[in-house]
Amino acid sequence: MADRFPRGNTAIVGVATHGIGEMPGFSSMELAAGAGLQAVADAGLALAQVDALFICLPDDLFAGMAFAEYLGLQPRFTDNNRTGGSAFMSHMATAAMMLDAGYIDTALIAHGSNQRSGGGRLSTPAKSSAYEAPYRPLFPLSSYALAAARHMHQFGTTREQLAEVAVAARQWANSNPEAFAKGPLSIEDCLASRMVSSPISVRDCCLMTDGAAAIVMTRTDRARSLPQPPVPLLGAAAATWWTSISQAPDMTETSARESGARAFAMAGLQPADIDVVQLYDAFTINTILFLEDLGFCPKGEGGRFVSGGGIAPGGHLPVNTSGGGLSCCHPGMYGLMAIVEAARQVRGTAANQIPAVQFALAHGSGGTLSSQATVILGNL
Amino acid sequence: MIEGGPEAQWRAALAGGRFLLQRGRASGRAFFPPRIAEPGTGDDAEWFEASGRGIVYSTTVIGPKPPALPYAVVIVELAEGPRLMSRIDGIAPESIAIGMPVKARIATEADSPILVFEPV
Repeated sequence: MADRFPRGNTAIVGVATHGIGEMPGFSSMELAAGAGLQAVADAGLALAQVDALFICLPDDLFAGMAFAEYLGLQPRFTDNNRTGGSAFMSHMATAAMMLDAGYIDTALIAHGSNQRSGGGRLSTPAKSSAYEAPYRPLFPLSSYALAAARHMHQFGTTREQLAEVAVAARQWANSNPEAFAKGPLSIEDCLASRMVSSPISVRDCCLMTDGAAAIVMTRTDRARSLPQPPVPLLGAAAATWWTSISQAPDMTETSARESGARAFAMAGLQPADIDVVQLYDAFTINTILFLEDLGFCPKGEGGRFVSGGGIAPGGHLPVNTSGGGLSCCHPGMYGLMAIVEAARQVRGTAANQIPAVQFALAHGSGGTLSSQATVILGNL
Repeated sequence: MIEGGPEAQWRAALAGGRFLLQRGRASGRAFFPPRIAEPGTGDDAEWFEASGRGIVYSTTVIGPKPPALPYAVVIVELAEGPRLMSRIDGIAPESIAIGMPVKARIATEADSPILVFEPV
């Protein structure tokens, strides 16, 4: 069945990031609300004009209700979809349908986390299943390690190629004032870093930061009277093939293959049309898997694609231009950060602005490579 | 058969020294973990005795802070097709290789049965 999607009928009209890095003494809700208010202000709207809320917080499974109360709104629709880091791409798909149908007029999508200041560990209610927990995998890290080991076995991908992803992210972060992790990082530094769950070492892992992000969406025709240039949503698709990594039909291929193909079909675009790419890089293997699964290179070629600075500044494809989850920030669910960076690139206001961006892609991943969701933004 | 759902039945069988799998009654397709019906079709499922044979599909060695020792977590692909997470006893964690043939064993840990594998 071909997807029916209101291509370009809705747009991002406000964006914000807030509290990236360390925000001691702030709750996750305070950070999310801070980002939300900034995004509404950026959109040139009054808070009371927001009539739909979409949120996912690490520590409140019913965050939609809490968000409504906190902001003092009585939304017509509230969504707590929590497919991990991909939740926000799904929020956008839902919001686009509802906006286009006239069911809602203004959607606010938000995320916030105080996981660094609040405990220094990944804050999530997700955990290994009862069939996996007795073997003591690190959750979620070892699942990614098992996928990486399999990718290396099948395609000859190397630890040096994984390190290329981390080094590229750091190079983008070094010229992004908002990025948390800056400074020199070499392939050798990555290879020498402590092994956590082979083949994943410390430098293959994303940051553990506080931070919040928010976007405002409305119909594109209405957006034309607002202060910011609208960033139309051209396609949005989510796909789920498993929850436990052991259930992957092929551990080197994720459902990003499906979410990407569907989002591209909705947008009427090909990977070659995309000017800048934001991928959910919880671990370095993610970037390689998603470049392949989304069609930027053939399956098994991801390691070679990123080699020699392929996705670093000056490379052949700009990927994770903020520094990504590896070096900009990772507040536990990075998906909305990827969306904001993609929107900024289309607006022309990113810290590491790529010239003449027409189309940008943001891809989120949740669980243990379980939920995959892709959005394509760009000019009509 | 023991009372309760498929998960309880599977655990009870394991406690009794048997490693069971399910398959679709019509398709014959084996699956794991246990479910109330065949995934994908919703058709009736039936139990059968697993061969216990498999190969290592992937492996990772987890290096905790000393003095805790490194240990491996593996994905085993069973001869019947399904994959599951487990561990391989009787071999150094870093010596476990993808493609290595293994055989299931039911061990006891903290008074509970646990499915583990050993090199063949």
